[in-house]
Amino acid sequence: MIQLAWLIPLFPLLGFLVIGMLNKRLPVSLSGAIASLSVFLSFVVSVIIFNEIHQVGSVPERILMFDWINVGDLNIPFSFLIDRLSVIMLLVITGVGFLIHVYSIGYMQHEQDHSRFFSYLNLFIFFMLLLVLGANYIVMFAGWEGVGLCSYLLIGFWFKYTEYNNAAKKAFIMNRIGDLGFLLGIFLIYTTFGSVSYQEVFNAAKGFPDGDAAITAITLLLFVGAMGKSAQIPLYTWLPDAMAGPTPVSALIHAATMVTAGIYMVIRSNVLYTLAPYSSEIVAIVGLVTAVFAATIGLKQNDIKKVLAYSTVSQLGYMFVALGVGAYDTALFHVVMHAFFKALLFLGAGSVIHAMSGEQDIRYMGGLKKKLPITHITFLIGTLAIAGVFPFAGFFSKDEILSKVYAFSPFMFVVLMFTSALTAIYMFRLYWLTFYGSFRGTEQQRTHLHESPSSMTMPLIILALLSTIGGFLGMPEVFHVPHYFSEFLSSIIYRKAELTLPESSELMVMGGSLTMVVLIIIMTYNHYVKKAVMPETNEGELRGFQKVLSHKYYIDEIYSALITKPIDWLASFSYKRIELGVIDRIVNGSGYILNGISSLLRYVQTGSIGTYVFGMVIGIILLVALTMIH
Amino acid sequence: MLTLLLLFIPLIASPLCAVISRDKVKYFALVVSLLQLAAIVYAFTLFKSDIANQFGVNYWWIQSLGIAFKAGFDGISILMVALTNFLIPLIILSSFRNENENPKAFYGLILFMQFALVGVFTALDGFLFYVFWELALIPIYFICLMWGGKDKVRITLKFFIYTLAGSLLMLVGLIYLYLQTPGIHTFDIQSFYNVTLTPEAQGWLFWAFFIAFAIKIPIFPLHTWQPDTYTDAPTQGTMLLSGIMLKMGLYGMIRWMLPIVPIGINEWGHFAMILCVISIVYSSLMAFVQKDFKRLIAYSSIAHVGLIAAGILSLNIQGLQGAMIQMLSHGVNVVGMFFIVDIIQRKMKTRNLAELGGLANNSPIFTILFMIVLLASIALPLTNGFVGEFLLLNGIYQYNAWIAACAGLTVILGSVYMLRAYQAIMLGEPNAKYTEFTGLSKIEKIILVSIVSVIFITGIYPKPIFMVAQPALEDILVHIKDIY
Repeated sequence: MIQLAWLIPLFPLLGFLVIGMLNKRLPVSLSGAIASLSVFLSFVVSVIIFNEIHQVGSVPERILMFDWINVGDLNIPFSFLIDRLSVIMLLVITGVGFLIHVYSIGYMQHEQDHSRFFSYLNLFIFFMLLLVLGANYIVMFAGWEGVGLCSYLLIGFWFKYTEYNNAAKKAFIMNRIGDLGFLLGIFLIYTTFGSVSYQEVFNAAKGFPDGDAAITAITLLLFVGAMGKSAQIPLYTWLPDAMAGPTPVSALIHAATMVTAGIYMVIRSNVLYTLAPYSSEIVAIVGLVTAVFAATIGLKQNDIKKVLAYSTVSQLGYMFVALGVGAYDTALFHVVMHAFFKALLFLGAGSVIHAMSGEQDIRYMGGLKKKLPITHITFLIGTLAIAGVFPFAGFFSKDEILSKVYAFSPFMFVVLMFTSALTAIYMFRLYWLTFYGSFRGTEQQRTHLHESPSSMTMPLIILALLSTIGGFLGMPEVFHVPHYFSEFLSSIIYRKAELTLPESSELMVMGGSLTMVVLIIIMTYNHYVKKAVMPETNEGELRGFQKVLSHKYYIDEIYSALITKPIDWLASFSYKRIELGVIDRIVNGSGYILNGISSLLRYVQTGSIGTYVFGMVIGIILLVALTMIH
Repeated sequence: MLTLLLLFIPLIASPLCAVISRDKVKYFALVVSLLQLAAIVYAFTLFKSDIANQFGVNYWWIQSLGIAFKAGFDGISILMVALTNFLIPLIILSSFRNENENPKAFYGLILFMQFALVGVFTALDGFLFYVFWELALIPIYFICLMWGGKDKVRITLKFFIYTLAGSLLMLVGLIYLYLQTPGIHTFDIQSFYNVTLTPEAQGWLFWAFFIAFAIKIPIFPLHTWQPDTYTDAPTQGTMLLSGIMLKMGLYGMIRWMLPIVPIGINEWGHFAMILCVISIVYSSLMAFVQKDFKRLIAYSSIAHVGLIAAGILSLNIQGLQGAMIQMLSHGVNVVGMFFIVDIIQRKMKTRNLAELGGLANNSPIFTILFMIVLLASIALPLTNGFVGEFLLLNGIYQYNAWIAACAGLTVILGSVYMLRAYQAIMLGEPNAKYTEFTGLSKIEKIILVSIVSVIFITGIYPKPIFMVAQPALEDILVHIKDIY
């Protein structure tokens, strides 16, 4: 069955083509159904393959599709690799992807252009599957750029609005900055190891010493790619803007799957990163700074999707910290749990926006608990999961990161713990303001309030269930039960970092973080519900640091002033001053000189171009011949 | 004999255009060009990639001067002729809607151009090569002069003198080589390959050839004729220039420069390489500020061909294979792009980005096809542009990592100006002025769908192209490796 893994990307590709070709002729229910069915079929095949891989003693299998680029000793087959890492990603992409497709049928039912939407969604799944299935870096890169394209198309799905188009363009270009790093990393991989296929590269790398310069450079370059795709400092500003896309897109692409591609890439290359402690340290630091930085911005955002977007940036930072300290399996565990609860939160937010007739500002929500009971309960579960309350999914994965980081560096642990506190604060702020208190929207919105159709609530319920029990796949060591996740992955991790805490410390970490979150829940409840403190509706009321936070540290403005504007200035300056002012003038000037001479000679020539050419040719031949004779 | 057939079909058909009635001549030209396409497809069925001079002809032309009519095919030639013969029918087809004052001359010149181009790509005698090189200039000169835009006389003259100056330098180089051949002098390419030259001679020969080719390609700072000419020429002229004719310069570098002056390249290649990289970055920046979409594509083309030239100068098989496949891809993509410009110009009566917008509302099929051509030109994987760009950058990386990093900026800059232009033209509110723009005509669909098919086929399965080119490119590299 494993040899049939090519079916997995094939179904969504067919779905894309069928929906794309029939386009407007399809009713919304049918285009949604075709799209969902194709992903469901991929999910079924993935489950079957998972069962085979799951068996003891299974080995990674390569599936050759065809020779893609073969030049000299550079050999890039279009081939897939099925191993324990790729099957987990397959299950997440097709599983969560399927739920989001189903949800979209309800969410997009009033959209005219639904066929375009579903075809893009299927195309995205295709490229995402390519990304995780590829058996070499180039196939991964193909998927990598492909998902970037789909992200561009879907962020700018409503292309009538300039702002959305700008967001889409920004996402693509920022990702391309990262992609150049990725590409250079691939070139260096090829020059260092003579191959770009994972198996050959990693086998060859195992013979290199720790801290080898080439491997350090490779891992840093690859990480530049990961920074772009997974929205880490300094290439993160596209992700909050990407919320311009329809909400299911935010859930699928900008929370659950595409943005975790950078983490997948580092885990895939864990052999290289293990051999490059310097790069790993940088990964950890960038992740850490991003985690806390994005979390602080999240505190002052009032757009429900923007809060979740900054939260995603921050959670991705967590995962990079885990990667940096060498806890690759823990990072993947968090990827999967995050896919559950963040998709849930985004879809919940979508359900809220749907009910609020498009309103996204939490200052104009409130008291939605009664009107949207299913959305409310599932959103609460998502909030508890991301805040890390026992026994929800986030508790286990986040706690594991915290304890591993504690064993690595207590200082980083403190920063990360602080970030956890911020996470709980902004998430519960969001939760209380949206679902508690009194309704603050317009009268029209109030009468329109309704729970979403079952195509939307069913995915919410399933994701809520997964966010509740998913964490038990990775039980902390103190419970003395097998850590299913880590054991499953052990064969793909090259050298497991020794990051175990004494039981007492681990219990302390767990207890400490749990107590902290409970305190925060109580405090935020007092603040936002009992005292009913509202975020300022008038920007002018914000003072000092709060103002800086609400303006996201002015990073967009800084980038614009330091990068975009100077480049545009340089371009128009060189066009006016160098291109037209110097180069073209010299060219024309020499033309005029010739013109002057030829106007004197005109009297002795016929004036036809042909004669000139003939004369010149003959003259030069004569000149050369003369010099040779002498 | 096949070589003669491929040369003489367009040569004989070209004057015949004069005697065919005005409204039939375009069909005649199309049929001839399709015949040419069929002939090259037939050539592929007979072609063996590991034999150097196939379907060759060799007659004395001016025996006393050692000038022969020697022409034939290897893997490089056949691909270049395939590109020519694939694009010319599309170019002819793209003109079907034009209200042409003098169609007989127009199609006659295009077919004559095809004759000259096939000659350039197959000639194996230095003098013959030069003759074809100059012959190719004549029809395009008249096409630009007779059917060009407002400023056609000044711009065309500039273009003509510029390229002529370059090719005279090449002629000097060829004659010098001729005089260095041992015994009875000859223009035969094999003798040129075997000639022994002093390092100084190789140095200045390198510059003579490089400048001649760099003007044609063009490479910074010899490029200023190009944006003017591309913008002002009629669409078919621009397609001929950008799709096929500039490849003469790149082809010349591979066939007539690398094997002949390897020491000169060793000495000066770094310098030329840096010019190529400046060309890439500089013209990308120029594309940033263009308001005229046609001019923007003209600048983007300089960036793309600069990368190809840099790949050739990297002197390794990845760079050369990348150059080969990117010459084909760039030819196809840029013709697609200029055709899109033409469609917009014809329907909207403007190419000014500031005046356009919202066309995606009008025609989904046009939007999709435009998008795909755009993605190919910014080298998205699974399109033809990626295969070429990846190999080129990889080849340059092996030459020098820092130069590759600078050349790689095209990955970012290209997406910036292309997406900006796409947004300005296609996205935004529907524009009430453009209600008459609905869908594409059958001819427009045929042209764009052919181009898009090639984009995907080459992008997904480029292997046949590599196999055809590999032995010929290795032969070229052998001459270089001998020196080191």
